[in-house]
Amino acid sequence: MNRPLPRPSALIPYVWLGLFFAFPFLLVLRLSLSDVALAIPPYSPQIDWEKGIDGIREFLGGLDFEMYDRMRGDHLYVNAYLTSLLFAAQGTIMALLVGYPMAYAMARCRPGTRNLLLMLVILPFWTSFLIRVYAWVGILKPEGLLNAALGVIGLPPIDLLYTPASVQIGLVYSYLPFMVLPLYAVLEKMDHTLLEAASDLGAPPWRSFWQVTFPISLPGVVAGCLLCFIPMVGEFVIPDLLGGPGSLMIGRSIWTEFFSNRDWPFASAVAIALLVTLIVPILLYQRQQARALEAGR
Amino acid sequence: MKRGPSVFNLVSLTLGFAFLYLPIVLLVVWSFNASRLVTVWGGFSTRWYAAVFQNDQLMQAAWITVRVGLISATLATVLGTLAAVALTRHGRFRGRTLFSGMIYAPLVMPEVIMGLSLLLLFVALQVDRGFVTVTLAHTTLTMAYVAVVVQSRLATFDRSLEEAARDLGATSTRAFWQVTLPNIFPAILAGWMLAFTLSLDDLVIASFTSGPGATTLPMRIYSQVRLGVSPEINAVCTLLIGAVTVGVIIWSLASKWRARASA
Repeated sequence: MNRPLPRPSALIPYVWLGLFFAFPFLLVLRLSLSDVALAIPPYSPQIDWEKGIDGIREFLGGLDFEMYDRMRGDHLYVNAYLTSLLFAAQGTIMALLVGYPMAYAMARCRPGTRNLLLMLVILPFWTSFLIRVYAWVGILKPEGLLNAALGVIGLPPIDLLYTPASVQIGLVYSYLPFMVLPLYAVLEKMDHTLLEAASDLGAPPWRSFWQVTFPISLPGVVAGCLLCFIPMVGEFVIPDLLGGPGSLMIGRSIWTEFFSNRDWPFASAVAIALLVTLIVPILLYQRQQARALEAGR
Repeated sequence: MKRGPSVFNLVSLTLGFAFLYLPIVLLVVWSFNASRLVTVWGGFSTRWYAAVFQNDQLMQAAWITVRVGLISATLATVLGTLAAVALTRHGRFRGRTLFSGMIYAPLVMPEVIMGLSLLLLFVALQVDRGFVTVTLAHTTLTMAYVAVVVQSRLATFDRSLEEAARDLGATSTRAFWQVTLPNIFPAILAGWMLAFTLSLDDLVIASFTSGPGATTLPMRIYSQVRLGVSPEINAVCTLLIGAVTVGVIIWSLASKWRARASA
């Protein structure tokens, strides 16, 4: 196939994304094969351009997989990695369980109410994410609002802050709108005569839900789950503010390696490992989005 | 749906929205609490607001954040709109798959990875980190969001209008400026708004790509939050929430008014 080159107006964003989005990944990959050095920037080897080809050859010879071996051998990282995947999976499922009934109920409201509710789902996006997560500290801490409320109704206090549970709450809370919006988009467009037909044929409501509504909403379920799961795995702010030592997630360890330990090569290796895990879900998401675009035309 | 919401629907909506809004409401309440403690009500007070405006570091950070947001959102809107037009109007071209991949990936890419990779780029290019690098990073992050918003409008926009303009002798550039652009303008504006708010809100990418003298508001808030409870932060947030709410109200009134004017 002989396809035309992109037009000049397309080339500008193309080159921009190539330079600022795609190319930097090569730099992360290269750094993950390097070693720490007491220098600025803090890693070696560097390419010595003055030596020409030899400089590049020496540089390539200096690369190795040491950082990856270190990561595999360190159970702290293996654990952080597994914890991230587990928390993200649990958080996604919980967001689906909370978000689906919400999206479903929104789609059943009158159009005026629907738009208002849609606005209410989007509105939290426009208030600082950091602050909203931070507000949960005030709710969950031992002398916080939750325990005050439990005390009023005569229940014993529970210590949730800095446990895996508080990270889960933060994840579901922060990503709930990302689940509700794609679900609402498919449920709103659903043809309701299908449900009437199912009920005319004698199907009880739960059965018409499972056999009609749910299969139709499946693209929304997939989009919502991917939109939650992928960023949740690499989440930094939520485990950092709400998580304790038992809930070290991979995004937080990249941050710590980079900012506290100044171990750039190791941070890069952890980032590459994270990216390799997420590449399949990311490609799935892209395919789904592209397909939705084709269908919308 | 004809039957209207059931009791179960109402319950799930009430609980869902209570969950979404509880922390926001609490922040607003706490910001007016004279006491430092969140569980003790020390009376109504605006002292934390006074403290915010006397806090030079916070004010300076807010100013930097707004400038980064304005510049990066505008750049991202231009780039994102060009990208959306390319995806919906240019048909198949070489490297289109890679192009659409690079548009969608930033939407879900963990911020830590994007921040790290952008930082390494700036180090490799030997650019000093600061205002410019944060702005470039935010442009890259937010142009993908603009592209998706504009693209969904372009995909549903009636192409026959463009074709009619072409049949009447307009060049494709002129048809774009005089027919397509006015029609997709609300989406472009919405994309700009989204880009601006994303930039104001970003902590992770800014932390990686910023340097001395370019500390943004989220970075400042984060360092204060890490140090412990600071009621000033509640006041900052309430101010942000207030600004957003006023913006949203003006926006919806304006779009209602426009709809009435065109009807």
